[in-house]
Amino acid sequence: MKYVDAKQVHKKMGSRLLANKLAKALFLMATLFGLVVLVVLIYRVLTAGLPWINMDFLTNRLSTDPGRAGIWGAIMGTFWLMLVVAPVTMILGIGTAIYLEEYATKGRISSFIKTNISNLAGVPSVVFGILGLTVFARALDLGSVVLAGGLTMALLVLPVVVVASQEAIRAVPQFLREASFGMGATKWQTIKNVVLPAALPGILTGVILALSRAIGETAPLVVIGIPALLIPIPDGIFDKFTILPVQIYYWTIDSALVAEYANLAAATIVILLLVLFVMNSIAILIRNKFQKRY
Amino acid sequence: MSTVTDKTNVNVNTAAGNEGAKDNKKVVYDTKDLNLWYGEGHALKNINLAINENEVTAIIGPSGCGKSTYIKTLNRMVEMVPSVKISGEILYRGRNILEKSYQVEDLRTSVGMVFQKPNPFPKSIYENIVYGPKIHGIRDKKILDEIVEKSLRGAAIWDEVKDRLNQNAYGLSGGQQQRICIARALAIEPDVILMDEPTSALDPISTLKVEELVQELKKDFSIIIVTHNMQQAARISDKTAFFLNGEVIEFAETDKIFSNPSDKRTEDYITGRFG
Repeated sequence: MKYVDAKQVHKKMGSRLLANKLAKALFLMATLFGLVVLVVLIYRVLTAGLPWINMDFLTNRLSTDPGRAGIWGAIMGTFWLMLVVAPVTMILGIGTAIYLEEYATKGRISSFIKTNISNLAGVPSVVFGILGLTVFARALDLGSVVLAGGLTMALLVLPVVVVASQEAIRAVPQFLREASFGMGATKWQTIKNVVLPAALPGILTGVILALSRAIGETAPLVVIGIPALLIPIPDGIFDKFTILPVQIYYWTIDSALVAEYANLAAATIVILLLVLFVMNSIAILIRNKFQKRY
Repeated sequence: MSTVTDKTNVNVNTAAGNEGAKDNKKVVYDTKDLNLWYGEGHALKNINLAINENEVTAIIGPSGCGKSTYIKTLNRMVEMVPSVKISGEILYRGRNILEKSYQVEDLRTSVGMVFQKPNPFPKSIYENIVYGPKIHGIRDKKILDEIVEKSLRGAAIWDEVKDRLNQNAYGLSGGQQQRICIARALAIEPDVILMDEPTSALDPISTLKVEELVQELKKDFSIIIVTHNMQQAARISDKTAFFLNGEVIEFAETDKIFSNPSDKRTEDYITGRFG
């Protein structure tokens, strides 16, 4: 007698196939749910926002009058903010990653630091806002200016850069380092000439993703104290400023008072999404262009 | 067991001493009572070896016998392994390289290394060769050009690559890559070249080319080569050291090792009874 009886198998086949189909349908629905929400969201934003986007909207200053309000201030604010965030996160983030991966002896202290960098990535952004407010805006007496906001945002996205850079550095094969050390290179020469060039694509991808996160963050800057209606255009890192997502936030809140503000918010969202889309595309392009060659 | 070891060590010392006197060759590397531990594992046990200049010294032995560890100790690359402990002396040209005050960068400028797997940098052939000279501060383009040609000729690969020096070294075959790595080692104008199983990743024809090259190079350099391949040791080396379980069992003229080994274990190994 066989253990696997063809008759028994056949009898249960129908219900097994049905369960298979149900499972497939369930997982497909889970996938579609997210997709549908995204499509609806984009559709709503586009229909509400697109008619409001024109040259004047991009180049005008803020105004309480929806017909004349523009986002040039928020665009410049975002630009100046990135000008602070990019170098600060790159220097601190890549520096930390190099130290942890190349110099630090593998032991309790370095694993403690690594764990806490991961923990730092999990801290809510509003907490960073409070830190920025107490340390940069008040204790260092910078006020609610680009520099204070930029430093806060740099700390917020620092873990992203550190972790991405660490992974990129770790992926550089050991035999390349050995080749360099074997010719009498110092550690720094090896890092500069061999490790960093090989890790650069991965590091850049991480930096761009970190910046695109910084561009979209709202909470920390609201906490630092960005005014709801800031008419002057910022000219440098010591000026008061506003940024695209914060402008979206204030317009959305105030749309209870002036209905058109909702359209302005939608139009700003379109611009912000466009910027993020471009940045993420660049990150993907870099990653694909420099696929691992070892 | 212990008497055998003692006897072997005595043999080794006297043999090396006699040889040195007989062919009037200078000792380039003199290893004295070298012990090395990876954590608790005793990887090298009382190694005593005197290696002559302008000779090819082969190190043979089964996997895990410590031959790679030994050659990596000679340029202190072994220190990249955490938890490694070393005692004893390795005199390179009379100075103990295991002393803290001996700069590894200095040592590795005199002692080049070729690795098991070809490991060119993902840069052009030219950039690969000038890497060493550049880190040692040579910037003059004319001098660098000369070094590139001399090194590539020295590694018998100039004719194959002279028209594509600016192409990525990764486009070359494995055998060519390994000769690029040898050329790269030659570019720092070393005194000694360490080779850690340099042909284990190569096909037979490329292996032959590297072996011919080694014969050529020993006129100007002292070469220490770890090999898994006993025929290779027999073909290219002047002296052979047989390692087993972290000890030097026998060290003598290659002809003697392969025709008339004095230790039973050497004989068993070279006749293929184990390993």
